[in-house]
Amino acid sequence: MIRALVRYLDERSGTAPFLKKALRYVFPDNWSFLLGEVALYTFVILVGTGIYLTLFFEPSTASTYYTGHYVPLRGHEMSVAYRSAVDLSFKVRAGLLMRQTHHWAADVFVASIVLHMLRIFFTGAYRKPRDLTYYIGLTMLILALLEGYLGYSLVDDLLSGMGLAIGYSVLMSIPFVGGNLAVLLWGGAFPGNPDFESRMYVAHVFLFPILIATLLGLHLFLVAARHHTQFRESRRTTEKKVVGVPTFPGQAPRSLGLFFSVAAVLFLLGGLVQINPIWLWGPYHVAQGTNGAQPDWYLGWLIGALRLVPNFDVTIGHYTLVPNPFWGGALFPLLVFLFLYLTPWLERRLTGEYGFRNLLDRPRDAPWRTALGAALFTWVFVIFLAGASDRVFVSFGVSYQAQIWVYRVLVFVLPMVALFVTRRLCLALQESERLGRIREEAEAEARGELPQPE
Amino acid sequence: MSALRRWAIALGVLLLGRKQRQPRFADRPRIVPPGEPDPRAEWLVLALLLGATAAAVGFIIVYAFNHLAHQTQYLGLTLGLAFAFVAAALIVVGKRLVVTEELEEDYPLPGHPTAQEEVEQLVAESGDRFTRKRLLLTGAGAAAGAIGAALVVPALSLGPLFDTGALYETPWRRGIRLVDEHGKPLLLDEIERETFYTAYPQGADKELVGSPLVVVRFEPAELHLPSRRRDWAPGGVVAYSKVCTHAGCAIALFRKPTFPVVEPGPALICPCHYSTFDPTRGAKVIFGPAGRALPQLPLAVDSSGVLRAAGNFSGPVGPSWSGVRSKAPRNPS
Repeated sequence: MIRALVRYLDERSGTAPFLKKALRYVFPDNWSFLLGEVALYTFVILVGTGIYLTLFFEPSTASTYYTGHYVPLRGHEMSVAYRSAVDLSFKVRAGLLMRQTHHWAADVFVASIVLHMLRIFFTGAYRKPRDLTYYIGLTMLILALLEGYLGYSLVDDLLSGMGLAIGYSVLMSIPFVGGNLAVLLWGGAFPGNPDFESRMYVAHVFLFPILIATLLGLHLFLVAARHHTQFRESRRTTEKKVVGVPTFPGQAPRSLGLFFSVAAVLFLLGGLVQINPIWLWGPYHVAQGTNGAQPDWYLGWLIGALRLVPNFDVTIGHYTLVPNPFWGGALFPLLVFLFLYLTPWLERRLTGEYGFRNLLDRPRDAPWRTALGAALFTWVFVIFLAGASDRVFVSFGVSYQAQIWVYRVLVFVLPMVALFVTRRLCLALQESERLGRIREEAEAEARGELPQPE
Repeated sequence: MSALRRWAIALGVLLLGRKQRQPRFADRPRIVPPGEPDPRAEWLVLALLLGATAAAVGFIIVYAFNHLAHQTQYLGLTLGLAFAFVAAALIVVGKRLVVTEELEEDYPLPGHPTAQEEVEQLVAESGDRFTRKRLLLTGAGAAAGAIGAALVVPALSLGPLFDTGALYETPWRRGIRLVDEHGKPLLLDEIERETFYTAYPQGADKELVGSPLVVVRFEPAELHLPSRRRDWAPGGVVAYSKVCTHAGCAIALFRKPTFPVVEPGPALICPCHYSTFDPTRGAKVIFGPAGRALPQLPLAVDSSGVLRAAGNFSGPVGPSWSGVRSKAPRNPS
């Protein structure tokens, strides 16, 4: 059977040599290399559950009244989009399972990309020849953030609308062109003309997924073309030779096992752990808002930044130049991503290392990179925490204003602390390793063994 | 009888023969290194696969119910378990049934210098017959730019790119009555202190950014409005746009001065980023990120005691953009 199949394919496509190479492609064995795979498999689940949802969701802001079985909403005026999202949750069998799994998968998708990115950053895996792969990965992260935002904005529940109002305001705040871009995209002043819902919909179910899938393919192609990086684990792992488990038979069952594990976790979450109960939020109206409203976790850093900036618009006389949301909502993420995009180039310029790097650094091996990365991600994380200060206020009664003032200080202090502490820690680890090596050599000598040549 | 015997022998030979068949590749060096069989692991995999089958069948059965309490939970549990069983089976296969080799492979060469040069050469030689390269490139650039622009220009149909006039429009004008969300007019005498009302312009679309108002009442002595707004608050009732000037959310929180020790003074607060406005002082910003005060709507009371607008807002409504204050709010034409 196998023989017939391989012959059939080879005689028609000539791919048997390629197939053999692919089956023996070498995967270095390290747990942290699975993070990217988790993102890939989550994307598969997202596409699958997403297709199911499109079969029932109606992207329309036309006004309608709810007449279904859920009593608290009965008789309420709402958009067709929101009603169809409630109906697909309550009326469509397995609809709620698919919707919640889709939402959980989106959260896990971004989380796994971020963790994967951190692994790449702190091991220096972005160095030549993999810098292009890294840029594509960063771009996919941005697309994933936007795609997630579009996804929960489509539903037109109260949180959707509040999120869209903020997105609209951030776009408006871009100096000079913001107002123009906002009326262009929304087709007028917020909440925009009815076409806006279709624009979000086609972006969410078609444009962004296609873009992500294309970049994903390119990303994987580049990974395979230059092969995986590896840690310096034994004498056999060098810049010239990659050591690991072949795709088949070693890696295939593990990787497939990971896929089914991801699917299992996501569907268990989707079935058993409630997420975004839109029927509790109610439909969005411009005049309504709710206290303690939070976006999905991956936008927490932006809401935190918007909260921390003190109250000023940049004005010249009576002319408003830069409205306030620009700093937290636009400039802050731009700076973070700019730094991430520039990292490979900056590192080449600063260290003068232009060579090919197939071996990974451990974080301690590059104290400056690790310290700077720790400072950057501490900065982002503190701001992320500040995003939840309203929840801390609502749940524990801690003064909101006091929290914001503390965060306004921490945002400057903690990254500095992280920078110095991390660098000291890296150097101390290096030092203790050096001492350990010296001791081992001395002990070996004392036992009368010759020191091993390095 | 003999036919039956012959059939039995044939069947036996067939079955035994299957076992004794020589591997096709016995005479070649192995690619995958050999390993010991592990029958217990095989049984385990079989059991896990049966578990997956049972869970998947369970999903179908749960799905078939028309009404079932906790159906979503059972669906998720059965489907999740089915995947979990398959995952476990694959992990056992990976760990105990297939050989985990440690393979070495050379990293690909950094590049192909000869091929790189050949590409460069063939591009250079292909252009040999061109004598006015720069001119032609300029021409090509012009064509590409123009065609690119032509392809992008239709995107302007999305909305009015150059005309931001819509951002200044509100439905409020002198004489329009304030109504609640059910359309009932707001009477001055019914407005209580320390309470928070949402009002809309009678007969206009409630979903416009310029429509919703927050209405609160104070003792006239408590109000410290800018001097030219002195008569904007009949009976101590003030009205502001309900849309935050920071990020466009609804000003949904009213901090009553009930806890003077913690946060003194009444305040209107946007729940999105806690922009905090002082309603007794023309809604100027006292905390949080908003860069300008909430626009105030001048109020008047008619002979029947109904609150009416006495004009349009004191400034543009909603989030700010570059040049937001260069025009006053106006009514749609």
